[in-house]
Amino acid sequence: MSQAARRSPFEPTGFGRVLETTAAWVLAVLWALPLLYAVWTAFHPAEFSARFELTAPLTLQNFANAWNAAPFGRYFVNTVALVTLILVSQFVLCTLAAYAFARFRFFGADVAFFLVLLQLMIMPDILIVENYRTMARLGILDSIPAIALPYVASAFGIFLLRQTFKQVPRELDEAARVEGAGSLRILLRVYVPLAKPIYLAYGLVSVSHHWNNFLWPLIVTNSVESRPLTVGLQVFSSTDQGIDWSIITAATLITSGPLLIAFLLFQRQFVQSFMRAGIR
Amino acid sequence: MTRVNAHVAGWLLLLPAVAFLALFTHWPAVATLIDSFHSTPRGRRPAAFVGPDNYAVMIDDPVFWQSVSNNLWFAVGTIPVSIALAILMALWVNDRLAGRTWLRTAYFTPTVLPMIAVANIWLFFYTPQYGLLEQVTGLFGAPSHNWLGTPDTALACVIVVAIWKEAGFFMIFYLAALQQIPPSLAEAAALEGASRGYYLRRIVLPLLMPTTMFVLINAVINAFRMVDHIIVMTRGGPDNATSLLLFYIYEVGFKFWDTAYAAALTMVLVVVLGAVALAQYLFLERRTHYQ
Repeated sequence: MSQAARRSPFEPTGFGRVLETTAAWVLAVLWALPLLYAVWTAFHPAEFSARFELTAPLTLQNFANAWNAAPFGRYFVNTVALVTLILVSQFVLCTLAAYAFARFRFFGADVAFFLVLLQLMIMPDILIVENYRTMARLGILDSIPAIALPYVASAFGIFLLRQTFKQVPRELDEAARVEGAGSLRILLRVYVPLAKPIYLAYGLVSVSHHWNNFLWPLIVTNSVESRPLTVGLQVFSSTDQGIDWSIITAATLITSGPLLIAFLLFQRQFVQSFMRAGIR
Repeated sequence: MTRVNAHVAGWLLLLPAVAFLALFTHWPAVATLIDSFHSTPRGRRPAAFVGPDNYAVMIDDPVFWQSVSNNLWFAVGTIPVSIALAILMALWVNDRLAGRTWLRTAYFTPTVLPMIAVANIWLFFYTPQYGLLEQVTGLFGAPSHNWLGTPDTALACVIVVAIWKEAGFFMIFYLAALQQIPPSLAEAAALEGASRGYYLRRIVLPLLMPTTMFVLINAVINAFRMVDHIIVMTRGGPDNATSLLLFYIYEVGFKFWDTAYAAALTMVLVVVLGAVALAQYLFLERRTHYQ
């Protein structure tokens, strides 16, 4: 994140600064508390799950128990397959559509663009009843493609890439055309490479969104073979585990672990991606 | 390239995306409208046209009205607080207080965690007797209270979770906006003898307006589609005290399998979101900063 080189004259100073720093930290601790609490519970034996003693022994047993109590390995594979499928299809479909909107003047382009943008408001997330029916008709209920299909054409992605492609200088496009390159070749050789940061940003946002998505996968899946992690976690923690919190929190951390670790390692990229993708 | 070719090429490029959009967004939206005027097909009995019957049922359905009212309270409870907190967080992170990177991490982390996972953690947090909340209130001698199990407090509890999840996400948009304010503005204001409060109120906040509009739209949409934590924490209970519209649609459609009624309920949500879109288009579009 670029910082202003000069210090703003309105930055708090003296006692006010101490006060604001304290307040900011109190809020930060409050914000981190649920996660810290989960980490504490997951890494300690059950009898310390709600007792905070510094001398409490550390253990990985909760993770082992959780991992053995449900097919989390399979859920991981499913989630990775799901986010990959969605990401690749989104990249392909959105790139083509965005290119059309950015550089082709074709009949009905405005209406088509409006129809695309409609999805920003009427998103698949709320059309669960009809989409379920469609999946049933297609005979693909309880499969990973069924979870992915409603999301592969993303209005958000099309809009984001269109904005980016529009900023590519036309001269580059024309120069390539003079050299005899066709439209698709120009797209791949000129536009896509120039939009790399946007692809990264969009990719991170998309992967974290679909890694975390829950309601639609919950509805269309009902077997271990197709359930993603989020649904697996819910099935696991709601089927009378005798409410063993240490195991449930361990499972919770397993589910969010990869994304959380990726975020902590590549914070800048994450924050910048969400920023880029959001500001458009 | 000839003009006819541009038409063909444009549509060919668009075709795959349009096909999927039509199949999974436009068609289901239209089908929802059609189905809402039919009965639910059961067994051998196919769906029959019933006119506005489903809507009549809806008007007489107290759970529907409670879900609407819950959803409005949920929106009123989450949106202003999370936006205000987001601005505060952004100002603090932007002011380079000690440990700003840590602050940013702490504020933003909830955004990348699955709602379903954090809902589990919060569930534990709120657990009567030995949840963390109870331990803290217990220190002050407060009597034990079943936070999620009491209709009076359950909705407030899920609102807190939503605020916690969203504020850090909104923060980054404000952070981006703050970083785009030229430092010379602050210097000029300081030369003119403006106080910090005056500077924040009269210069920073107005410059943040477009961001606030963008965040507001997102927050409103989220208020109507966030239900993961409801499914984990309360299942709409106790006594439907935390049933939100989308959650109720889910229950009616996939617990009671009354798809026609669920379609009518979905139409309400479609109309609400359509109204948000219209408002954005009519009042905000030309004043926002993107494009």
